[in-house]
Amino acid sequence: MNASVEWLSAFVDSGLSPRELRDLITARAATVDAIEPVRADLAALVVGRVIEAARHPDSDHLWVTRVDAGGPEPLDVVCGAPNVTAGVLYPFAPAGTTMPNGITIERRKIRGQVSNGMLCSARELGLGEDHEGILALTTTAAPGTPLLEAVAIGDTRLVIDVLPNRPDLLSHQGVAREIAAATGKPLRVPVIPGGDPAPAMSAPPAPVRADRKGTTDGVRVTVDDSTDCPAYLGVVIRGLRVGASPPWLVSRLAAVGMRSISNVVDVTNYMLHGYGQPMHAFDLARLGPDAAIHVRRARPGERLTTLDGVERVLDASILVIADAEHAQGIAGVIGGQGSEVSAETTDIFLEIAAFDPRRVRTARRALGVSTDASFRFERLVPATSPAETCATVAGLMTAVAGGRVAAAPALVGPALRPPEQRVRLRPQRVARVLGVPVPPTECATLLASVGFEAAVRDGALDVASPPWRTDIAAEIDLVEEVARLRGYGSFPTELRPYRIGTVPDDPLVARTARLRELLVGMGFIEVRPMPFVSDPSPDGTSIRVTNPLAGNESYLRSDLLSSVARRAEFNLARMEGDLRLFEIGTVFRRQPDTPGRPAEEVRVGILCMGARRPPHFTDPSPPAWDEWDAKALGEVVARIAYPGASVVMEPGEVPRALWRVRADGADVGWVGVLALDAPPWASTAYGAEILMETTDVADVAPPGRHAPAIERDGPSRAPVPRYRRPPAFPAVRADVTLLVPETVSAGAVEAVLRGANEPMLERIDLLSQFYGDNVPERHRSLTWRLTFRHPERTLREKEVEARRDKLLRALETHLGVRQRTA
Amino acid sequence: MTESISSLTRFLDELSAIESQAVPEIGAARTADDLEALRVRYVGRKSGRLSALSGMVAGMSAADRPAAGQAFNGTHKRLQEQLAAAAARVLSTGAAATPAIDLTMPGRAVWRGARHPVTIVIDEIADIFREIGFTIALGPEAESEWYNFTALNFPPEHPALDMHDTLYLEGGGLLRTHTSPVQIRTLQRYTPPIRVLVPGNVYRRDVFDASHAPMFAQIEGLAVDEGVSFVDLKATLSHFARRFFGAATTRFRPSFFPFTEPSAEMDVECQICHGTGCATCKMLGWVEILGCGMVHPSVLESAGLDAERYTGWAFGMGPGRIAQQRYDIPLLRELYDGDVRVLGALGQ
Ligand SMILES: [Zn+2]
Repeated sequence: MNASVEWLSAFVDSGLSPRELRDLITARAATVDAIEPVRADLAALVVGRVIEAARHPDSDHLWVTRVDAGGPEPLDVVCGAPNVTAGVLYPFAPAGTTMPNGITIERRKIRGQVSNGMLCSARELGLGEDHEGILALTTTAAPGTPLLEAVAIGDTRLVIDVLPNRPDLLSHQGVAREIAAATGKPLRVPVIPGGDPAPAMSAPPAPVRADRKGTTDGVRVTVDDSTDCPAYLGVVIRGLRVGASPPWLVSRLAAVGMRSISNVVDVTNYMLHGYGQPMHAFDLARLGPDAAIHVRRARPGERLTTLDGVERVLDASILVIADAEHAQGIAGVIGGQGSEVSAETTDIFLEIAAFDPRRVRTARRALGVSTDASFRFERLVPATSPAETCATVAGLMTAVAGGRVAAAPALVGPALRPPEQRVRLRPQRVARVLGVPVPPTECATLLASVGFEAAVRDGALDVASPPWRTDIAAEIDLVEEVARLRGYGSFPTELRPYRIGTVPDDPLVARTARLRELLVGMGFIEVRPMPFVSDPSPDGTSIRVTNPLAGNESYLRSDLLSSVARRAEFNLARMEGDLRLFEIGTVFRRQPDTPGRPAEEVRVGILCMGARRPPHFTDPSPPAWDEWDAKALGEVVARIAYPGASVVMEPGEVPRALWRVRADGADVGWVGVLALDAPPWASTAYGAEILMETTDVADVAPPGRHAPAIERDGPSRAPVPRYRRPPAFPAVRADVTLLVPETVSAGAVEAVLRGANEPMLERIDLLSQFYGDNVPERHRSLTWRLTFRHPERTLREKEVEARRDKLLRALETHLGVRQRTA
Repeated sequence: MTESISSLTRFLDELSAIESQAVPEIGAARTADDLEALRVRYVGRKSGRLSALSGMVAGMSAADRPAAGQAFNGTHKRLQEQLAAAAARVLSTGAAATPAIDLTMPGRAVWRGARHPVTIVIDEIADIFREIGFTIALGPEAESEWYNFTALNFPPEHPALDMHDTLYLEGGGLLRTHTSPVQIRTLQRYTPPIRVLVPGNVYRRDVFDASHAPMFAQIEGLAVDEGVSFVDLKATLSHFARRFFGAATTRFRPSFFPFTEPSAEMDVECQICHGTGCATCKMLGWVEILGCGMVHPSVLESAGLDAERYTGWAFGMGPGRIAQQRYDIPLLRELYDGDVRVLGALGQ
């Protein structure tokens, strides 16, 4: 909503500056986002002081002046005005300024003398017709001050962010109502400025109401459904002259950012912005010989060319204003070209109506056209508004465009009930919600200041809302009114005692925090990519977004690493090849048997490629990350994701998923090589993706129901490791080198060693793998270090040998693996 | 008596003789090997000259022993210091025999990781609210129309819905447009007192531009109990602002959210211009931080709670926007691109 400060002043003489108005409106009603000079075209001009003025050597009417425009050095400026005087301040346009007439001032030579700008006359600034000389300024502002700050020029526009609950603030009258309430100044009906003498505003006859069909000056008005259109008021004005608007009207509309079209259209726009009542003028002559207005639903396939020149195909969800046969406008949205007011128009049918917001919203969305009118109708124009604004617009229209209202206007719609529905406001409730008591009398005074009627009865208030406050339906709405009118700032900010909550931390929080700490500590950088992908996953479980704005956002991802991989490619394209990325995020999957919302999983994805360490002079090309790093990373991540679980890295489908990760037997992820769109210099990328938690997407309880926590929601503790006394006796190590056939895996060897019932065997570490000279075909040589320890004494050399030999025998028995000799 | 005195005197003489001989030798040492030899000769545990001398103490009278011990320890300590200083000198200047060690050369670095700036902001916010009794609740990102809108008092076919342009999912459901559905889930599952903080991703049907993204992070707070009021809301959120932004002045101005009433917007005095107006705050002197309000009675009723008995307040804010302001990131998109040159530097 754009509001003109001058226009607001016409409604209420607050005596406040634009900044004060901004602060007041923001604090009490709706936020003012900006204060803009309507004459923004003068923004580049500054105040300039003429230091000296001398005759131009080669001209008898030019002056060569030196101007202080706030810069470090005075500027040479050639000036042709007879009144230029040293010491006086003038509007100065520095070189580069574009003037209101569109001409850009340039630094140039005028008869051999350099001129760095222009001292301006009132006419050059669009401030009047005076071209006799430059405009001497009476200001105390320093040279260089922007002209608009130094001198009051033109109107000021307040850009107000009106939220959907306050449609009454979408007009100057509505905003002025709040200003009047806050300042205690009376709200006035604005007089038409600039009329000399003020044009007589003749009041038209009072409207005659009918339920469904009415007539005014020979025009039949029919409304099919009063739900779609609760009030339709028609006024016929004959004998007017369509032409230019008077300057005051042009500048009012310019102040809210609208261009003047014609006096008739401008008056309807003035009413919209002034009073919040959209109106539409039809050329009566073009409504057919047997002039009629029919408010009805469009016929399927009915066509209408709207004022913007677009032919639109309508359907029965759309409400139209039709003549006897054809649609002539979309109700509440936009008029039709066929009945548009033109220069030849002499008689108009003026529509002042209230429409069902849902109807207007449907049409606006279906046709994709939003107007100032539809914006207001969607937020609700009260059914009382047409009758209230009828006299004002009729007087204004005839004053501006001539003509007269010959017959009583027709008002079609059900009789409006007085606002008998009262809302009760209990002082205890006010105190409970706001935290401090507000006496009922104070509440009543505050509410009355903005048009509520409040009467104290049985210790509480009975409150009737004014018709424009369509947002007030319940007690809590009035509590907000009281808080707002009293001022949010008036409530204390003291921290009061509170009770500890009953909700335990979501168990995922601690695990993700630990994981982040670990990965960041290991040099990984967290990313938060968009979870969209352009193509569905091959397994057909992807979720499609039905209304994406971009093609690459058509599906929700069903895995994390593809998003992380795209981020790696982004970096590779910027020549960054040493990458360690991770994300903890959500993936989505269709549940095969369950319609409705997708299944969701929180997963962690990690990616590493490039050098394992930064280069150092002792190690100029550190080794790249490899699959063994990835395996250990995946394992350590899984142990944090599944505290206390047994994590197994199960060999997977080479070459991609090298390992499947199992936690307590369940498949929770994989580790492997990532296929990237990578430049040739990039090294292999490894990744791991591990499930952290399956999100509970089920409804907690049916709508309106409370399902208090049961036992499982109590705080759960991850299993903690048990203390073990550190060994008191030294360990003894024995290395064994085995000749292992290719059919036998290292894992199988270790399984036999562990399964050999050897209680003194404390650790098994694989030390080396060797193929070559002395190793037979289809075999490899593997060396393990076995660590033995006795809890109560030092093991003797012989004991260790005996135990090692026992293990070797077990290997030979189970796997046919022998020690490598020589 | 005489003998005892002479025994202590001899001991002390011997000590100072050793010291005056050792100090110049240590000072003249040029290599680590030289120093090691000197260390063994003078303070070596088995055959060092000081160790040899220490045997004398045992033969002294009880009265002399303390003085002897003190002198011995003093000398021992000084020689150790001389050796350590010489070792450092030999290392840094190098000696003729072994190659110099250039201590200006860099240490062997490790890669440094980084939390995402949005995570950093969320963590900081959570830390402040945890101190005042809040816990963390989470919920699904794909939601039903009821949890996302209806239960939160959004009227059907209302312009309030325009502020939440929604991405819908084939097969049913939508991508939550705010974290507020978790308010309903929490209120349904737990009985007040409730104090929870809800971080999470939310979605809007927006084009990626300087300040919009189709997905972004939000963090939401909810406090519901008997007797919770607008004063608590103002006090708690002002406390948060002071903790998070430093000594910041706050203001609350009217706003509108379907699920709160009274609704407010909290601004913090612009940290750049301190209220006088600048480009960062669009000349307003204030920077908008969060939306908040008293929980609307119909929200409590959606969760089956008695709205006469319980009251509450809620707030929501955008950690991404806060990160953008704090780190001076021109385009929101840069937070989500995953450029390691940007994220690596911000996450330190
Ligand atoms: Zn500022």
